[in-house]
Amino acid sequence: MIVGERKPFDEIKEMMKGFKKVLNVGCGGCTSICMAGGQKEVGTLNEELQNAFKQEGVPFQIDGFTIERQCNADFYSELDEIARDYDALLSMACGAGVQFLADRYPQKPVFPALNTVFIGVDRDIGWFEENCRSCRECVLGETAGICPVTRCAKSLFNGPCGGTSREGKCEVNKDIPCAWFEIHKRLKEQNRLENILKFKPAREWRNQTVGSLVQEAFKKRYAK
Amino acid sequence: MSLKERLESGEFVVVAELQAPKGNDLSEIFKNAELLKGQVDAVNVPDLQNAIMRLGSLSVCALLKAKGMEVIYNLSCSHRNRLALQSELLNASALGLKNVLILQGDHPSIGDHFEAQPVFDLDVMGLLGVAKRLQEGHDLMGNDLQGKPRFCIGTMVNATTKGSVLDREVMDVEKKIQSGVDFFFTGSVYDVSLLETFVKRVSHFKVPIIVSITLLKSVGMARYVDKHVEGASIPDSIIDKLMKASDKREASIEIAGDLMKELRPLCQGVQIIPIGWENLIPSLLAQVGL
Repeated sequence: MIVGERKPFDEIKEMMKGFKKVLNVGCGGCTSICMAGGQKEVGTLNEELQNAFKQEGVPFQIDGFTIERQCNADFYSELDEIARDYDALLSMACGAGVQFLADRYPQKPVFPALNTVFIGVDRDIGWFEENCRSCRECVLGETAGICPVTRCAKSLFNGPCGGTSREGKCEVNKDIPCAWFEIHKRLKEQNRLENILKFKPAREWRNQTVGSLVQEAFKKRYAK
Repeated sequence: MSLKERLESGEFVVVAELQAPKGNDLSEIFKNAELLKGQVDAVNVPDLQNAIMRLGSLSVCALLKAKGMEVIYNLSCSHRNRLALQSELLNASALGLKNVLILQGDHPSIGDHFEAQPVFDLDVMGLLGVAKRLQEGHDLMGNDLQGKPRFCIGTMVNATTKGSVLDREVMDVEKKIQSGVDFFFTGSVYDVSLLETFVKRVSHFKVPIIVSITLLKSVGMARYVDKHVEGASIPDSIIDKLMKASDKREASIEIAGDLMKELRPLCQGVQIIPIGWENLIPSLLAQVGL
């Protein structure tokens, strides 16, 4: 799941300045699940903004509308009608959703209400943890299901740096387990230590260019 | 004699670490280098150690070399991508620098520019592989080079670990040797028994190990190193000795001297890290007869 967190209120309020009628578009996908940008969060933010502008005596109207997924055009038909009436759009989706919304309505100013934080898992209610950097070259099979790109501060591929503490923690933050300490431990338990003796060559950091993917079964459909 | 020749001939080597200044005033490092000329076999100049911005290892090494010093240039993966790293190795070679200590490097978050983007495009294994490839006349992408650089390559090892961490470290040593490492530097060692265990596990690789000793300048520093520097556990006897001493400098030198005498049969050299006490190195070396 993509995890997001709401931007500081003052930052959002600053973005709204100068607009009289704004539509806050929530997302029923990941940001709703991580309790940052679903219907409930849209309502809360709108109330806060409305009150803040009211106290300053500034005319400001904000309404909310949450679509199932902001990253898929199939869910936009109803919104197309509604969005016409607004000066600007505020999005509570992830960065991908915000861009999709902005591409859909290129005439309208679109603003992000969230910071997209990471791809992660639920540790508990309201507690999320990063687990994947979508590096496009998954090595989890060799590293006992522990990602060295995400969970090692230096994203190392050939074992740990010299900063692992005696307790197996990372030098950057003593609360974070050293990924390579954990990889070594788990591979040893699985009797697969030879995996990390293999030399991993320099990595292809392809994720710095914009990605596009068509699944094998659909390649014919989109062939030019 | 060059460091490589000394290491190959099995001679014991003495290295001193000299930290580059934060700024471009080289007067102090030049003064210290002059003091150590003829006293040590080589001077090691760290590369943005602890992720603190300062003058680079490359220029300091080139300038010290011009003054007739044997130098060890340091290059770490923290702050440069693979283009810059390869170019830096070629720079070093063009400037006549042969000894290169290749390091993983420190994460910017622990330094004085803690908001910087960490790079780590290559890890230490990747950079060791690059150094090997350049010496074969190719860059990382397999393109031919005009001229082949020649290096004597070292890297770091944590020689004072225990248990499963030690097992992992031994695996790491083997992997690094396969990537063409000519010598290892250890982190600071204060507990000789730990080093002894490590050496027993890796001696069959027959790669020279140069053990680091940081001069302990105060009880507070010793306690800090013991608690916070990974792998550098300091026995209570050393801290006690420092605590009881009326002259801390004298005690520190005595501690380092005793350690050097004990370490000598286990390794092929020492690196003294003086952190401001460079002027005490000659008396330390005299004390141990080096």
